Amino acid sequence: MNLTLKVWRQKDANSSGKMVSYKAENISPDMSFLEMLDVVNESLIHKGDEPIHFDHDCREGICGMCSLYINGRPHGPKRAITTCQLHMRSFHDGETITIEPWRAAAFPVIKDLAVDRSAFDRIQQAGGYVSVNTGGVPDANIIPIPKVIADEAFNSATCIGCGACVAACKNASAMLFVSAKVSQLGMLPQGQPERWSRVQSMVAQMDEEGFGNCTNTGACEAECPKEITLTNISRMNNDFFSAKLFREEKVHDHSGGGE
Amino acid sequence: MSLDAKIPQGPLAEKWSKHKFNLKLVNPANKRKYDVIVVGTGLAGASAAASLAELGYNVKAFCFQDSPRRAHSIAAQGGINAAKNYQNDGDSVYRLFYDTIKGGDYRAREGNVYRLAEVSVNIIDQCVAQGVPFAREYGGLLDNRSFGGSQVSRTFYARGQTGQQLLLGAYSALNRQIHKGKVKMYTRSEMLDVVTIDGHAKGIITRNLVTGEIDTHSGHAVLLCTGGYGNVFYLSTNAIGSNVTAAWRAHKRGAFFANPCYTQIHPTCIPVSGDHQSKLTLMSESLRNDGRVWAPKTVEVAAKLRKKELTADQVKEEDRDYFLERKYPSFGNLVPRDVASRNAKEMADEGRGVGTSGFAVFLDFADAIKRLGQEAVAAKYGNLFDMYYQITNEDPYKQPMRIYPAVHYTMGGLWVDYNLSTNVPGLYALGECNFSDHGANRLGASALMQGLSDGYFVIPYTLGDYLATIGPKPVDANHPAFAQTKKDVTDRIAKLLALKGTKTVNEYHRDLGHIMWEYCGMARTEEGLTKAKGMIQALRADFWKNAIVIGANEEVNASLERAGRVADFLELGELMVDDAQMRKESCGGHFRLESQTEEGEALRNDDVFAFVGAWEYKGDNQPEELHKETLEFEFVHLTQRSYK
Repeated sequence: MNLTLKVWRQKDANSSGKMVSYKAENISPDMSFLEMLDVVNESLIHKGDEPIHFDHDCREGICGMCSLYINGRPHGPKRAITTCQLHMRSFHDGETITIEPWRAAAFPVIKDLAVDRSAFDRIQQAGGYVSVNTGGVPDANIIPIPKVIADEAFNSATCIGCGACVAACKNASAMLFVSAKVSQLGMLPQGQPERWSRVQSMVAQMDEEGFGNCTNTGACEAECPKEITLTNISRMNNDFFSAKLFREEKVHDHSGGGE
Repeated sequence: MSLDAKIPQGPLAEKWSKHKFNLKLVNPANKRKYDVIVVGTGLAGASAAASLAELGYNVKAFCFQDSPRRAHSIAAQGGINAAKNYQNDGDSVYRLFYDTIKGGDYRAREGNVYRLAEVSVNIIDQCVAQGVPFAREYGGLLDNRSFGGSQVSRTFYARGQTGQQLLLGAYSALNRQIHKGKVKMYTRSEMLDVVTIDGHAKGIITRNLVTGEIDTHSGHAVLLCTGGYGNVFYLSTNAIGSNVTAAWRAHKRGAFFANPCYTQIHPTCIPVSGDHQSKLTLMSESLRNDGRVWAPKTVEVAAKLRKKELTADQVKEEDRDYFLERKYPSFGNLVPRDVASRNAKEMADEGRGVGTSGFAVFLDFADAIKRLGQEAVAAKYGNLFDMYYQITNEDPYKQPMRIYPAVHYTMGGLWVDYNLSTNVPGLYALGECNFSDHGANRLGASALMQGLSDGYFVIPYTLGDYLATIGPKPVDANHPAFAQTKKDVTDRIAKLLALKGTKTVNEYHRDLGHIMWEYCGMARTEEGLTKAKGMIQALRADFWKNAIVIGANEEVNASLERAGRVADFLELGELMVDDAQMRKESCGGHFRLESQTEEGEALRNDDVFAFVGAWEYKGDNQPEELHKETLEFEFVHLTQRSYK
């Protein structure tokens, strides 16, 4: 296959960027999208040009590091996969492919196609945990958890933190991501003691980071590589309002006790 | 220099408890006077950083990824072993210990492995308390499945992404400590050297991967939790960024590197499809619970399959050879990884391999689908089947998977004693980056167990002993050793950036991978290893003349990052070959063609080689010196492994 790529190039966070065209030649349909970019980069390096920078690591769809906006869609045209799992057989010979970074004020560009998603870490640091120290915990089987609950918590826990939901959203909202984290712990018995303070801390941090609000468009759900559902957002809203209106827990410091 | 593993005396079951009692403690008020550096935030690193911070130490943690959650532990699929015996099927701490020692082909320490089995049960408790959503039965209790090398079901799992769920648990514990200010987290930071003062590790040098800044960090101890070195083979199941640099830099500062030739080739990976391939994808070992491995009985049928004149489902039952079930009736498809891999290779070597390249055998679910129904199979392995479909465009519900062995894990690593301390005081190695618990072959679902055991339950005890010994006096960050080491790092970067040759770093890496796979892969010979050594030396010399490195230091520069890592792989590769050549026996994943039984199984030579081979760096392009730590077996009787 021979393709034309239009790629966003930006030296660093402080420089302005632009789209640049490249030829991708002799591409095998069996290559992954990132392997196609590897081929282009190898030819750039041979010419002494700077390779296109993009984030990637595990290349099997689980680390959440890859993050390309391909032809106007996060992780490209196929459903429920990440960019690294996208193969060139999903494109046709002669096609022009547009590749951009995630676009959101809360995800500033670091270089070319790589963005800074540390806001996601900070939201989880604000309360995305059960406050238990190592050791001194009860036997794993002491609290039975109904399989349906465990399975549903697992579905929320499959989020890989890639940020496609934010990139897909016209408001750059992080609600799907945050709600998946809130839901997982909110559904499990282990997460109950901090359920109400957790949701408040995480939402507060989410707002602090500059993500937009949810207007129920559903683009996040459609583009999520792990098929996290909008139900999570309903659960989070429910917990959030419940906490605000009917619970006494306040958000001082969701840090789970002393040292 | 003599190697003292510091294994406590006494009965196996009492060693760890006695040792814990004998270790010195740091009183709570003094803990905050100590700074601990943790490099790497996978299972070992995140669990260690969180647990140490909970105790009150000040922790600085580092990862090269953009978030600690992306460390490659995240990609582990199948599960984690623990001797809970929830299934009432005869499991026990002793049985897990025994299986692990035997699975490792009697090249691991009894004391370490017993401790690992002992704390395995605490790990599951800990993870559940953190909210890790393990698979459960309808009654609400935890579910288990079987893995290779054992006859009990002791593997806990979270569909096909146990690694992600366990790592998210450890990451959440880490996040809690970051929030409390007890851990300072540095992401997109790569460790490039260790600083030693008077023989003790006192800090590290890092490069900020966004700004290029070279920083020095001081601490009372340095913990390396930086994973394995499987990417020396270029193609492996490791993440693209996984590298040996931190461990290798430590090695060059005096830490011994043990058993580098012990690499695990995982039997069930998706076969290579072409030269463009950048990595290989594992299909979890758990699939061998229900999948049956086979190859065509004859070369003729195999040839037809390769030419696509025949599809797998058209091959008659009598023309199929379920070779693992045939050769190993009691373990069947669940033999350990090294045995399964060698048998698949044998099929390909005999001309009975399938797929266009001939380097594949089948993993067939037709019987399981008939027995359990497609829905039940999908519930267990759905995400793996989807992954297979995405990569190959073939539907594994209809056609058997094609699989072939690929490099997956490295049992070798930095030498550590029972306390996880390297021979450099103050420098510790945890998880895959140490050599300790898996001998010459790791059993499935044991990597997650070891990473978390080291981080949650071993280092919090053993590190205190060292810290109490050296005292809380602050580390002198102005000591000239910091400036000198930093200069070494910047000089090396300058040297790399000056490379303006004609061959890309990736091309060197691929060439190295070919050499390693061909001569130091699944089968090794004296002749091949000699040849490989020369080839690696030549390749390395050429790299430093002819590689192309683009750009500058003061920017995001993947080309430079890659070059530094490949340069280290080019040195490590040679040491692996030396180690493989020294070890003139077969054991576990290390298979010397000269040393096999009549039936083609790995033949150990316990009289000569029942030792850990720990290598000491002696200077650039100098032969390394071998130190031997004799392995004493007091409790287990060494036998020829049999899974028949």
